Formats: sequence, structure tokens, C-alpha cells
Amino acid sequence: MSYSDKVIDHYNNPRNVGSMDKKDADVGTGLVGAPECGDVMKLQIKVNPQTNIIEDAKFKTFGCGSAIASSSLATEWVKGKTVDQALEIKNTEIVKELALPPVKIHCSVLAEDAIRAAIGDWKKKQEATKPAAVQAAQ
Amino acid sequence: MSTNGNKANPTSHHAQQRAVPSGIKLPIYMDNHATTPMDPRVLEEMLPYFMEKFGNAASRNHPFGWAAEEAVELSRERIAKLIGATSKEIIFTSGATESDNLAIKGVAEMYREKGNHIITAVTEHKAVLDTCKHLEKFGFRVTYLPVQKDGLVDLDDLKRTIDDKTILVTIMAANNEIGVLQPIAEIGKLCRERGVIFHTDAVQAIGKVPVDVNKMNIDVASITGHKLYGPKGAGALYVRRKNPRVQLVPLIDGGGHERGMRSGTLNVPGIAGLGKACAIAQEEMPQESYKMAGLRNRLKDSIMSRLDEVYINGSMEHRLPGNLNISFAYVEGESLLMGINDIAVSSGSACTSATLEPSYVLKALGTGDDLAHSSIRFGIGRFNTEAEIDYVGDRVVETVLRLRELSPLYEMAKEGVDLKSVKWAG
Repeated sequence: MSYSDKVIDHYNNPRNVGSMDKKDADVGTGLVGAPECGDVMKLQIKVNPQTNIIEDAKFKTFGCGSAIASSSLATEWVKGKTVDQALEIKNTEIVKELALPPVKIHCSVLAEDAIRAAIGDWKKKQEATKPAAVQAAQ
Repeated sequence: MSTNGNKANPTSHHAQQRAVPSGIKLPIYMDNHATTPMDPRVLEEMLPYFMEKFGNAASRNHPFGWAAEEAVELSRERIAKLIGATSKEIIFTSGATESDNLAIKGVAEMYREKGNHIITAVTEHKAVLDTCKHLEKFGFRVTYLPVQKDGLVDLDDLKRTIDDKTILVTIMAANNEIGVLQPIAEIGKLCRERGVIFHTDAVQAIGKVPVDVNKMNIDVASITGHKLYGPKGAGALYVRRKNPRVQLVPLIDGGGHERGMRSGTLNVPGIAGLGKACAIAQEEMPQESYKMAGLRNRLKDSIMSRLDEVYINGSMEHRLPGNLNISFAYVEGESLLMGINDIAVSSGSACTSATLEPSYVLKALGTGDDLAHSSIRFGIGRFNTEAEIDYVGDRVVETVLRLRELSPLYEMAKEGVDLKSVKWAG
């Protein structure tokens, strides 16, 4: 299997590798995939609660080069977007950007899932930590 | 030299950072179970049979045919000598897959009256497993023996499985993924006692470890050229002629070549090369296997002394000298291959297989899917050097460390999370 230059670049120079404090109320963590399947992605976002803008994103991935590249690209793309804008990122766009072959499409699906899981986790925390404020505003 | 080597892959800055030690030419080939490079002495032996000695070995009435036949008969003797057989017991084929098919289907059809039961093992090569599956469609009953954690079949298991309908046991001599050597002599003895034909796919073993068809009571054995520094497309099948005489129904009918068991004009250059490869192996095996084991152990030590949570797949004791199959926990095999892209090795990861399933051989040992995905097979061969081994060890270690820094599983394990207890989203 030969990889596209973009996959190789993300593999050799992954963007935004790392971890943030899972317990931070502004941090959303998505952990998707399974070791038995050969792919696990952890994607974290840090959201400004005032603006809903994703100010930082980090990832760690166990998986093939395409999985690493998909999650690395996902962190690049979500940064600076609002949570709602980030939810619009489609796996097909990742496939296109990285020129993934058909057998690697599941890597892009996993990256999309990771974004959604991270945002879902953040939203859950928001609801849990600020129920009074939300109710008051309404 | 290093800057020239890196021009081919300008985006790989990791390769660029590393100075390539002198005496090493990249990429390094360390996938000798897939195929071996040809020994130059083999090529030299083959060359005359393409041009000046182009005759058909079946042409009995002119010198062109005689020259070709002479080469074929010399090759037959050389192959036979390496495995303790006689030259009349060697049938030429196109390679291992054909040899396995001819052995299994040929025996099955010939001895159908006697019984319909075949015994093999789950870790066999697909050339054996798929052939057995094919026969199941035609009324044959096949037992696929499990293997133990070390990759070896349990002889008591085999003993229990043989019944009065068993006509064939087919168990490989050395495994192509994990290099594990099956107890061929014991299996042969058992089969002889029970009057069952014993076939062994010996393509990975012959020329690497001693194989003697008489001492080991082997009745049929598959051989191929390109796993022992010979050409591709040239293989052979040993078929016992006495005590007992084994007969096969041919797969290919035609001019009655090869005692009627395999028709078709012989591939004379390939056959000459296969024979030369066997002669070289016969001569050099003792020193070579010692050297291979030394290099293999050097690589093993280089990796295992510097990395934790790496696991050897299969028995170290009963193993081909040039084989090392290791799982690197928390690192996916294909991504590791990508990181060491100046080294040619294989992985049991699903991502590297056509079926998107992790290695069935590793699964048969009870290796979890997660570790099967993390496995790398190193196949050390005749032309590898100590400098190459050291370079490969360094590259593997640095890449595994880098990928573990990138691995959420490694992070979780370091935090004390039991990965088996995590409910994965799938």
C-alpha cells in the first residue's frame, strides 16, 4: 500500500499530539474504536464556554498511518471552529483531503466519530455543571 | 550515501535525521519468509539454460534435449540428497502451492477407497488449508488440529484424531509467520505406525534446518526454490517410492512427464537453479544456521533490552534460526511498518492483509487480536549483516517509542487502566 504525501506528512509530523485534563469542565474527550479492531482514537477539545469556540484540540491514536493522519487532521480542522461548525465536518472531507483509498475509509469515519464523541462529552459536562445558569437564562 | 538514499522519500524527515552507518544500503530486506533474494551462484547455474542450452528435457533424440535432461537430473539428485531421498522420488512443479495441491488432492483421490479423513493444523499455509476446504466440498472430512500456545501441535491430540478412515496427515515443517518447527519426526513415526500417509509442507524448513525423509518418516514433502535463494516458479514434490510406495492422481494431465504425476514441459532454468540452491544449502547449512540464529538473537536482544511489553510469538526453542515474530503492545503493526519504511518486514496486522483480519496464525496461539495487530515478522536471511541487524534494532526501538507516545492505549496503561476492562465503543 502506498500512502499519499499528506498521510505521510501527518504521520511523520502529527499535529496537536497530547492530552488535556479530562476533568476540566471546558474539555470534551472522545475515545472511539477498540484495540481488537486495530484502531483507537482519543480526541480532546477545549471549548471557550462564552463563545462555544474550540480553542484547542489534542489527539492520541493507536492505529495505522491513515488513522493517525485522520485524527491529526481532525484536530487541525476543529480548532477555531464553533462546536456546531465542528459537528458539520464529514468523514468524506477527510477522505478527500488525505486521498484515502477505499480500505482506509473507516479511519475517516472513526475520526468523525471522535469529533462527535468529544463534543458530546463536552456538552454533557456543560449540562451537568451549569444547569442552574441555563435554566436562569431561559 | 545517506543523502542519495533519502532523495527517494523527501517527506520522511525521520529517515533524513538519521545518519546511515557505512556499509548499509537502504532499503534493507528482512522479509526472507516471503521470498529470498537469489544467490548469484544460482543465477550463474541457470543462465546457460535460457540461451545456448534451451532444449526440451523431454527431447530424447538430440543433444539439445540431452543437455537439458542432464541439468534436470542433476537437480533431482541435488534436491534428493538434501532431504535424504533418491532422485526418482522428486517430481518438479511450479512451486509450493502446486506441490501442496498435488500432494493433498493427489493422495485424497488416490486413496479415496481406503478412507475420506484428512488431518491438518489450523496454522498451516493457505495453500494447504484452502486445498483441504476444497476437498470438504467433495465428501472428505478434515480435522483442523489446534496448536498450543507455543504454536506446536499436541501429539496426543493427533494420536486421538487418527481413525480407521484417516488417509492423510498434512502438517508443515516450519511455519511461515512464526517460524515454529513442528515435531515432524514424531508425527512421521505416529503416521507410519498407523499406516497413514504423512505430507509436510517443508518449504520454509528445507535448506534452513535438517530434513530427512527417512529418519522423519515423511512420505510426501513440498519444496520451493524461492525460499532458499533459488528462483520463483520452480518447486518440487518428494513422493516416497517404497516402504510404503505412495501414489498420486495428477492435477495436470498431458504428456506423462514426471512419472505421470505432473505433465508439462519442464522449466529447465528454474529446475537447474532449484538444484543449485539445494546444493549450496547442503554445503552451508551448518554454518549458516548458526550465523542466522546469532543475528536473530542479536536483534531480539537489541529490541527486548530497550523496550518493555514486547512479546515473542511462538516457541523460541523450536524455531527457524532466521525467524523473529514480535508483538509490540500499544502500537499498531502497519503504522510501525510505515515508521520503519527503509526496512522490508511484514506485519500480522489486519491493515496489511487482503482480508482485513489479523493473522490467523497468531490468533491460533491464543494471542489476542490487539497483540496480533501489533506484530512484526522479521525474516533474517543469508545476505543480512550484523550492521543491518543493529540498524534495524535501533529503528524499531525509536519508532515504537515514538508511536507509544502517540498511543492512547499506552497512556491509559501507564495510568493504570486495565485495557481489558474498558468498554470500547467498537
